Amino acid sequence: MGMMESKATLTGQPIDALPAEIPAAALKAATVRFGTYTAIEELDLQIEAGAFYTILGPSGCGKSTMLRLVSDLIPAAGGDVSIFGKTTEQARLAREFAFVFQDAALLPWRSALKNVELPLEIGRKRNVEIPVGPRSPRELLELVGLKGRENALPHELSGGMRQRVAIARALLCQPKLLLMDEPFGALDEMTRDRLNLQLLDIWRETGTTILFVTHSISEAVFLGQKVIMLRANPGRLREIVDIDLPEPRQMKLRDTPEFNRYCGYLRELLETC
Amino acid sequence: MAVAETIDIVDPEIQARNAARKQKLMSAVVPLATAAGLVALWQLGVKGFGVPTYIAPAPSDVAATFVEKFPLLMQNFWPTFIESVAGFAVGNLAAILIAVAFVHSRNVERAFFPIAVFVNTIPILAIAPILVLIFGPGMTAKVVIAALICFFPTLVNMVRGLQSVSPQTLELARILSASKTEVFWKMRLPSSLPFLFSALKISATTSVIGAIVGEWVGADLGLGALIIDATFNFNSPLLYATVLMSSGLSVLMFTLVSLAERRIVRW
Repeated sequence: MGMMESKATLTGQPIDALPAEIPAAALKAATVRFGTYTAIEELDLQIEAGAFYTILGPSGCGKSTMLRLVSDLIPAAGGDVSIFGKTTEQARLAREFAFVFQDAALLPWRSALKNVELPLEIGRKRNVEIPVGPRSPRELLELVGLKGRENALPHELSGGMRQRVAIARALLCQPKLLLMDEPFGALDEMTRDRLNLQLLDIWRETGTTILFVTHSISEAVFLGQKVIMLRANPGRLREIVDIDLPEPRQMKLRDTPEFNRYCGYLRELLETC
Repeated sequence: MAVAETIDIVDPEIQARNAARKQKLMSAVVPLATAAGLVALWQLGVKGFGVPTYIAPAPSDVAATFVEKFPLLMQNFWPTFIESVAGFAVGNLAAILIAVAFVHSRNVERAFFPIAVFVNTIPILAIAPILVLIFGPGMTAKVVIAALICFFPTLVNMVRGLQSVSPQTLELARILSASKTEVFWKMRLPSSLPFLFSALKISATTSVIGAIVGEWVGADLGLGALIIDATFNFNSPLLYATVLMSSGLSVLMFTLVSLAERRIVRW
């Protein structure tokens, strides 16, 4: 591996391409408890770097909890979680991952552009080294299709636009892992379809790893290269389903029998969780 | 046919704008006309029934006194204005700082919140003489009374405002590894501003009440002192004119706070 490819970042330091064997995230017998309630029990999971994973499961199976465990928002009661070989805390401090919430979590007094710039301001006065991606906040807004709305306040934007601002903000520090907790759950179907396609474009272009929690079976199949199916009470792994559909995914894929076969299979699996 | 043609020519956008303008005009005309009608009724009632001026002066008498005694009114306006503004500033600043301490530490809140509630339950009229005894007849006592009356609503609202940050925003702060200071300046403080301004609007008017109550207890200058003076001299037109001046001061304070709110809280 002596001739690893390297590309320069804005800060001038080369980042080496990661050896394929280091997973984006690895959970080993990870357990999460809230008081006496066990939300996740002994979950083993390896997230391959660069892949798009969707996470499905009945409600109460710990989908959101799993993302929060990986992102160091809640501690593990047992087992081990690592991100690119580091602890979740180290990865959080290095901003190796970003999180997109169900509600966009924009600061209502800041314009779209100022919201995207927020990660640059956190830690600046403490001289924290903030990784910066190749795209400026303005370019990121353009990437998510919000050129011209830089100065709009969140309440002046639609739900879909707000979520796109949140995605642009998440991409600012060029995360190697993007955690998304039902980001399009509150949107209407047409907006959701459009954002799904946009997200796939962004994923292909940035090469980031995505863990995407959803309630929708068709969304899970359409987006994911792999679908992680969890079971409830307590949350455990049920199955990882490889979705072998032609890339790049296009809207008309949804009308094919292969697509519907995957949906049918997952629906059956979900019923027996 | 001719009628139909003219209707076709009217631009719906202009029509909508005209309707909006009319609506706006009506919303100003209706309350003003009502107020003018009531004043006219008052004038007619007082003059028609021959009510003595010292019991209830006619609006015309009040207006005449207002113009005639304007220098006197202004001379008494300024001390009350200064006391109100100073009390407003001191009371709210103290409330904001204590609210920050409460949100920062639950123990501080446990220790001091009951005391704050107790102080708030003492009628301001009962505590005013005590404060005048402590601070003397000068402006200080009035400022303290005005500050005291502002304090509690702002404290309660500011605590709520600082706690109003959504859980997801706090999770975002954690993902970005934000420090407590950063969370405070970038998230908690801005999200408290709508709550703070609700409280400031209340204290804009109550601070004037505090200053006037303080002047009642002991002062030789100020709108409160003038109210007492005019009452004891049966100078009802001057009393009414002073009351008008006092409410004018409250309206001025309220308007200033509202204007500041509109400039600052734009979300």
